[in-house]
Amino acid sequence: MISPAAAYRNLLLFVLPALAVYLVFAVLPLATSIVMSFFQTNGASGDVFVGFANYERLFTHPTISARFWNALLNNMQYFAIHLIVEVPMGLLLAALLTSGKLARSEGIYRTLLFIPATLSVVIVGFVWRLIINPLWGLVGFPLLGTESTALTTISLMSVWQYFGIPMVFLYSALLAVPNELVEAANIDGAGGWTTFWKIKFPLIAPQFGLIAILTYIWTFNGFDLVFALNGSAPGPNYSTDILGTYFYRTFFGSSGQLADLDLGSAVATVIFLTVLLVTAAYFWLIQRRLKSYSV
Amino acid sequence: MSAPDLTIPAARRRQDREPWTVERIIVHALLIVFVLLAIGPVLIVIINSMKTTPAIFGGPFDLPTAKTFSLEGYKRVFTRGNFIVNYRNSLAVTVTTIVLTVVLSTLAAFAVVEYRVRFASLLGGLFVLGIMLPIRLGTIPLIQMMLAWRLMDTLAALILVYTAMSIPIAVTLMVTYFRTVPTDLKEAARMDGASELCTFWIVLPLVRPGLAAVAALTMLPVWNDLWFPLILAPSRQNQTVTLGVQQFVGQFMNDYPALLAALTLGAVPLVLLFTLFSRQFISGLSKGYSK
Repeated sequence: MISPAAAYRNLLLFVLPALAVYLVFAVLPLATSIVMSFFQTNGASGDVFVGFANYERLFTHPTISARFWNALLNNMQYFAIHLIVEVPMGLLLAALLTSGKLARSEGIYRTLLFIPATLSVVIVGFVWRLIINPLWGLVGFPLLGTESTALTTISLMSVWQYFGIPMVFLYSALLAVPNELVEAANIDGAGGWTTFWKIKFPLIAPQFGLIAILTYIWTFNGFDLVFALNGSAPGPNYSTDILGTYFYRTFFGSSGQLADLDLGSAVATVIFLTVLLVTAAYFWLIQRRLKSYSV
Repeated sequence: MSAPDLTIPAARRRQDREPWTVERIIVHALLIVFVLLAIGPVLIVIINSMKTTPAIFGGPFDLPTAKTFSLEGYKRVFTRGNFIVNYRNSLAVTVTTIVLTVVLSTLAAFAVVEYRVRFASLLGGLFVLGIMLPIRLGTIPLIQMMLAWRLMDTLAALILVYTAMSIPIAVTLMVTYFRTVPTDLKEAARMDGASELCTFWIVLPLVRPGLAAVAALTMLPVWNDLWFPLILAPSRQNQTVTLGVQQFVGQFMNDYPALLAALTLGAVPLVLLFTLFSRQFISGLSKGYSK
């Protein structure tokens, strides 16, 4: 055995390089962003502490706040569509892949179905815009050009790209279900359908919580597909604006809008809290559930 | 969750010779429909990139014939685009990020598992939290940091941010692999007077599947990212493939053969790499996030 002092020294030496990069380029910028949101940094007199002034502007300025709430609501819809479509689709595919009727082709299907998730948003956006282009004649209606359908259309494009992720989570969970349980059910006369819902499904249920929270985090970090399709002021009339594109506009500026780093920091902090609160609530609930089971 | 074995056991392989029941046909048919939905659009891009403009709009779903076949689009991508530079940049950024992530996170994960002091599990937890961290929200201070350190508009800026972004999931994943290494082996190495770094080298071959999973999992988000190249390395000589294709699409709006050729060139390398390493990727994905 190594002495505790040596253990601490070794631990630090081994962990330090990874920890330093992670702290300096991931944790520190986020923390600095939160601090910056309470300052005015572009004045002549250097950084001035302004309390909640940046937040006040974000939530009370007529256009700034209206656009923010619009982006937040759009983002919620973007998340909801992902969850509602991706999860059942992932479950169906995972169930088919593990149905025991595929033999050697299982690996081929698994790989092919995941291919959209390996593409960049640039190709995803372009190909779908091409396919639903009225010129090609598959759809006669400007889905992306109409305010009421644009966001749903983009969300579904993103769903097409990422359905492989819930599929893989559920697939791995289904593979981990002990074979003896399934065989015992079969001996008792249960068919494939009953075995799936009565034995396998309850065992993989915790995966749904994980998928929901990861989808939440990823969609609230969304930017790339909307930007690739519609730029940084995503139309028509901001109907596809989400928090990522809103954040980008505040600190980077766009036509008719000056770059504002302080307001941008306040926006970043609000988005961070939106993600953090839900994530924390999720883990708190999970912890409680686990405790009540262990009693 | 215990690690699922993705290799297909011999018992299931034997089913190939079983008769085609109705159930089997339905399962295959459903999967084939979804596969077509998944790769159909990709095939449309590849097929049409090899056709003339009138043929792209005349019969978008037809294969190229002797009359409609044309590689003009590819020619124009290479003469007017910036593809060689873009590829070089994406390769440099992705490969360096993978190497840095694998090395740093393997060292860290080894120590977190090996030295069982309370601080170790605290550090492990810190990395797990990082998986959830929306790193893009720190972009404004990142810009200021990169400006201050004269790293703005360099590939180094991208590499540093991507390494920081990849480390949490990589460490968490490697921890699960190091947990499977038997303690006897490490103790035996130490008995023989091996230093800690030597012990690390001795157990490293045992976690090789983990290294592959980390590399596969790091590759995709880095290669496909649009946000950081757009903000931290936007100039023409530093553009990655994803940003290069994005700008090319904006510039040559109506040159469809060239656009489709650019998209094909942007996507094909990664799709091929994924196909080769899909098992490592899929096991990495399910193990890394199921903490």
